[in-house]
Order: sequence, then C-alpha cells, then structure tokens
Amino acid sequence: MIRGWLAVAVFAGLVAMLAFGLTRDPSRVSSPLIGLPVPAFQAERLASADEHFDSTALRGEWSLLNVWASWCTTCLEEHELLMRLSQQLALYGINHRDTRDEARNWLQVYGNPYRASAFDEYGEVGIELGVYKVPETFLLDPDGVIRYKHVGALDEEAYQEQILARIREGRP
Amino acid sequence: MIPELGHFALVLACVLAGLQAFLPGWGTQRGNPTWMRSASSLALGQGLLVLLAYLALTWAFIEHDFSVRYVANNSNTELPLAYRISGVWGGHEGSLLLWSLVLSGWTVAVVALSRRLPMLFRARVLAVLGFVSLGFLAFMLATSNPFDRLIPAAMQGRDLNPLLQDPGLVIHPPMLYMGYVGFAVAFAFAIAALWGGQLHAAWARWTRPWVTAAWMFLTLGIGLGSWWAYHELGWGGWWFWDPVENASFMPWLVGTALIHSLAVTEKRNTFKRWTVLLALLAFSLSLLGTFLVRSGVLVSVHAFANDPARGVYILGFLALVVGGGLILYAMRAHRIESSGHFELLSRETLLLFNNVFLLIATFAILLGTLYPLIVDVLGLPSMSVGPPYFNLVFLPLMLPLLFLAAVGPVSRWKKTRARELLRRLQVPLVLALAIGTAVPWAAFGSTSALVLAGTMLGVWCISGPLVALWRQFSRMRRGTSAGYSLRHLPRHMVGMTCAHAGLGVIALGIAFTTAFSMERELVMNEGDSVAFAEHEFVFRGVQEVDGPNYRAQQGHLSVYRDGEPIVDLRPEKRTYLVQSSPMTEAAIYSTVWRDVYAALGVAQPGGGWGVRLYVKPFIQWLWGGALLMAFGGLLALSDRRYRYRRKRRRT
Repeated sequence: MIRGWLAVAVFAGLVAMLAFGLTRDPSRVSSPLIGLPVPAFQAERLASADEHFDSTALRGEWSLLNVWASWCTTCLEEHELLMRLSQQLALYGINHRDTRDEARNWLQVYGNPYRASAFDEYGEVGIELGVYKVPETFLLDPDGVIRYKHVGALDEEAYQEQILARIREGRP
Repeated sequence: MIPELGHFALVLACVLAGLQAFLPGWGTQRGNPTWMRSASSLALGQGLLVLLAYLALTWAFIEHDFSVRYVANNSNTELPLAYRISGVWGGHEGSLLLWSLVLSGWTVAVVALSRRLPMLFRARVLAVLGFVSLGFLAFMLATSNPFDRLIPAAMQGRDLNPLLQDPGLVIHPPMLYMGYVGFAVAFAFAIAALWGGQLHAAWARWTRPWVTAAWMFLTLGIGLGSWWAYHELGWGGWWFWDPVENASFMPWLVGTALIHSLAVTEKRNTFKRWTVLLALLAFSLSLLGTFLVRSGVLVSVHAFANDPARGVYILGFLALVVGGGLILYAMRAHRIESSGHFELLSRETLLLFNNVFLLIATFAILLGTLYPLIVDVLGLPSMSVGPPYFNLVFLPLMLPLLFLAAVGPVSRWKKTRARELLRRLQVPLVLALAIGTAVPWAAFGSTSALVLAGTMLGVWCISGPLVALWRQFSRMRRGTSAGYSLRHLPRHMVGMTCAHAGLGVIALGIAFTTAFSMERELVMNEGDSVAFAEHEFVFRGVQEVDGPNYRAQQGHLSVYRDGEPIVDLRPEKRTYLVQSSPMTEAAIYSTVWRDVYAALGVAQPGGGWGVRLYVKPFIQWLWGGALLMAFGGLLALSDRRYRYRRKRRRT
C-alpha cells in the first residue's frame, strides 16, 4: 500500500514543519510590493484618534515604515537599533492589532523612535501592506516607492547591507 | 457555585469520554458485547454533562458573574442579553466548549440514528468519536478552562470584542463548528471500516447523510462568515484568503469531493479506498484549521489568543488522530477492493475529474496558507502569497469544475456517448452563449473575457442540471399528472440541482461584482453631493447617537437614482465604551441587482468627513447562491430513500 504510506510520510513532514513553525518567529520574505508605491491608506494616529496618519505623507525623503505591537516580543529586540536610527532617518510606525493604552504605555516605557505611528487596531493597513509577521520594516524612497522589506527584527547587519546600501545607491 | 458545577461536569464528561474511547473498542477486540454496548450510554451521559457545563457558563454570562475570568474578559453589564448568550463562544475557552458541545451533539445523533448498524461497527464508530471528544475535553481542562476563577472578582467586565457584536457573527461559529465537527462522524465511520478491515457494502449509504449534513452546515457557516466580513469590516470585501477563512474552506472543498465520491462508491461500488481517504482528509483539515486558528502560528485577521502551550497540545493531538488514521489506512486499505468498471466517458470519470480539481484546489490553498512557514523552514527564495496568488491559482481550477457541474448530471453511469451528451446540453449551451454575451454587454457595456467566461459558465451550470431534472420529470409525467410528478421528484436529485445551480449563481455574482463594482473615497461637507455609478449621493451631515454600550457618529447620506430618492443611508463610526475601540458600521442598501454601500471615515482636519461609497452589482447573489447550495443539501437529506429504509427496518 505505497499510496497509504506516502500519505503518512507527507503528513509526518507537515507535522514536523508545523512543530518547527511553533518554535520560530520571524522570516525574511520579499514582497510583490517592492518597486511599487506604498499602498494608499489612512488611519488614526496612535497619539490621538482625531489626527490622521496618511500614507501620502511618506514622501520627500527616505523613510522606514515599521510594523510593531506592544504584544510583540521580537519588537523589543530591534527597538534599541530603531531608537538609534531615529536620529538619522525618518522612521514611522504602524501599530498592528494593539490597544491604544498598551501601545502608548509601551512607547513611554521603552522610548518612542517614531515620528508618528498609525493605529491599526484591526490590521486593515496590515492587509494592504501584506503583513503577516510582526515586526516588519519597509524602506521607502523619496517618491514613496517600497524598495525593501525586512521581516522580523531588524539588526545592524541588515541595516548596513540592505537599507543603508540602498539609500547610498539611490542618492546621486 | 454554579461555575464549579460546570467545571465538575466537564471533568466528569472527560472521564466518560475516556471510557467511551477505550471500553467499547476493547470490547470489540475481546468480543465482549456488554462493553461494546456501553458506548451508547457513555455517549449520552457525556453529552448531558457537556450540555450542563455549557449551560453553567451561559448562566455565568447572563448573571454577570465577573468572578469567572472568562466572563470578565468577554462580557459587561451593559452588553445586551443576546450578545451575552452568544458571548459564550466569543473567546478561545468558550469556543472550545462550544466545539465539545457540538461534538457531543453529533455523537448523540449517531447513537440515536444508527441503532440498526452492526454492533461491532457501531461500537467502533462511537469509540473513535469518544477519543476525539476526550482530546478536546482534556485540552480544555489542561490549558483553557473556561471556569477559571478571577480572585478578586472584577467589578466590571472588559466587554465582548465589538467586532463580534453583530447578528451575523452570533450564528457563524456554531454553523461552522457543526460543519467542522460533523466531518468527525465521517472520520469515525472510515476508521471503523479500516479497523474491521472491510468496507461493508452499505458503508457509503450509512456515511452519506452525515457528510451531507456536515457539508450543509459548513456551507452556511462559510457563507455567513463572508457576509459578516462584508457588513462589519467596513471595506466592502467579502473574501480575503485569510488563513482562518482558508482553514474553513479547505475542509469544505474536500467535503464536497467526498460527497461526490461517496455517490460513486454507493451507486457503483468503486472509488472505495479513495473515498475512505477523503473521509480521513476532511476531518484532518478541520483539525488542522483548529490548529492554525488556535495556535497563532499564522497571523490573521482573526485575533485569537496566542499561547504556545495550546499550539503544542493541538499539534500533538492532530499528529495522533490524523497520523493514527493514516497509518491504519496504509496498513488496511489494500483489503478494500473496488469492483465497478467504467468506460472513459462516463459519470464515474466526470466525478473523478471533479475530485481531482477539488483536491488540487485544496492543495493549492494549503500551500498558500502554509507558505510563510514553508519558507521559514526550508529557507526558500521567497514569493508573497496574498490574494493575488490565491486568485491566480484558484480561478483556473474552478472554471473546469463549473463546466463539469452541468455535464455530470446529464451523463450516464458506466458509459455515456459524446453525441448523447451534446444533444442533452444543447439548450444550456445556447442559453450560456446567448445570455453570457448579451447580458454583460447590454447591462454594463463590457466584453471582458473573464466576465464573459464567468457569465457563460454561471448560466451553463444553472441550466445543465435543470435539463437532467426536466428529463426525469418528463419520464415521470408519462405515467401520472404533472403535479404529482413535481411533488415526487427524487429529493436527492432536486437537491443536487439546487446545489449546482447555487454554484452557478455564485459564479454570476462573483463575475459581475468583481468586474463592475465601483468605489469612491472622498471628503464630503454637509450639503455636498456626488454623482457616481448612476447614483447621486447627498451628504446631510453627521450626528451623535447613543447605543446600549457604545456611542456613535452617524452620517446621513441621501441616495438618488435617476433623480428619484431611493434610500437614506446612515453609516456609523462607533466607539464602544469599554474597549474604547472605534468600529465602522457600514450602511448597506441591498437589492437583488446591486448593493449601495456607504462607510463613514474620519473627520478631516480642514472640515468635512471622509466617506467611502461603493456600488456593487449582483453581490447578494454570492450569499443567495450559498443558501441555495445549503438548501440543496437539506433536500438531499430529506430524500425518501433514507426515510423509507428506516421504516422498512422497523417492520
């Protein structure tokens, strides 16, 4: 009954993969959005429900768009680097599936690297951007075109080799 | 006190489930009829206890017992009664309790309706169901007890997630679970057959109604979920290829394949091993869906608790149940032999193709859903799998299925002639070509290939099965009156016609709504008007309104068509008082031909309001089609041959 054992084997592979998935967090996946303008979206700002975060504001300079959440432990790994980067780069946040209180509290405790954060409570903006793992970081050029996407915690190496290199290249 | 009773009932139910899993099974090995017969009483007792636990939790919700952690997290004194009752399944722990309740319900139904099955077989079926139930009850007690106390008790509850405060979502999970869990019965029948090492000649006939019933509920559940997303998420979409949606869609596809292959197995005594494998697969995918939703391995629109211990447990259980089932299949399936033979062009072949397409579609969706994980594990070069992937892969597989849905019903078992098929399909062919080209062109001025294909196949798929039904009707009318023939048409055949026509209706809906929906996002001030998609919208301003547990800003838009007022839309932006989360409550005016849909955005800094407007032709056809399909399932279930057999057995 080769067919039956084949099904068993396939299933065992699936279980092994799922088990592995339980232990893993981030991954690096490129996105079909690379090379395209960032999808238009509008959301409330985390700081205040009365103000907007508009994707058209992400133009005029190189910027990083970082998807984060207070419940996300990996976000703390990259947080120190983001704090440093905020001195040199325009850094914007998308607060993904969070509550306003907890997110604000998180920023107060650990420090706020973002010029502004969009409050994406139900992940609607996340859907537009094709977010599936938090954190994710998008590099946008001055025309608002997505140049690179990093899934998982950003580290110094990725910053130097992927992000800084692209900015240097793009700059005349 | 009552929560403790509920907890105690769960513990007892778990013990009974354990006994039900092992005692009857052991009895069948030892040939001990007392042990085998104990299965029924154990199942009934377990069902009662789970019901008791469920009622205890409901009571805690109704009475605002915030000393129960789960209630404190999911309810509030201001929450209306209907949502307190449905709030029981608004979170992880309660969902599991509902799952267990539904499983007990199915098990009791098996006990009640399968008295005439051979004792050995019945004991094995109930043992397998007991084992599945044991897994879920133990899971609940070990990691997610809904009766956990909160000490000290909360003064006020944190309220039910506002997203879930919608009539559509009140009945969506129970329907979905009825479907998911219903496949457990087919699974148990398959395991029991493999366990005994032989497929009883009547096996397919016993299994069929259970599969049809589960499929019917799953169809309703998925349709409701899509309808809910359309109403509540506020951006006019109806299907997102979200991992959780996929988790319910995959068992549905396999269940559909199973219904068709069961028909072959029952009528022609062939495809037997394949049918057994499908029965195992359908429930395996239900369990996989549970794992994906409950473990948080994949991020999705459905925000559920994310606890690694739960993930590990469900994965272990999944491995045990599905792995065990597949190993048993590998060891025993060779004993099952098929006997029916058929020609290349026959109904059997057509149904085989149906199965192949459905299975490939399921596999493609599984691949897309798990892709982030696969990439992670294998370190593959990446590609993103959003809706574009799914549409690209899924659509080409559905077109041939739609085509087959008209050919199958007019074909013959064993051997059918191409010329005969062509003759019977003349009318559908003419209709499909005429309507498929004329309507898109006349109504929308479009000749896009996809719309043409969608419309033609939709019409084809509705009219083809009707031809088969008409032929049956004409044959019957020769002997008797038209009215009598109409009333006595075989129900399973009318059901099949409804289900296939429902598929055609959905195809028409998707084709038109995808191609011709118009949307506009703009800022409107009071008194502004905008003409768009043959409608004129006048913005009358925004006012504050109060609901039971929320405050809302309510926009007011008057809609005109050809200068005539047709409706006043009042979309809301709600802020729920406890969770202080803003929710978009779209206002929708539905007719058979189109929906006019308005959602209120946010107040603009420079004055005015963001407004999103949609005109979506034919969108209601999607859910109308799903209802028609489910109704087809109901008709098939009411077929006289199931009732007749029962009566005859009694005499």
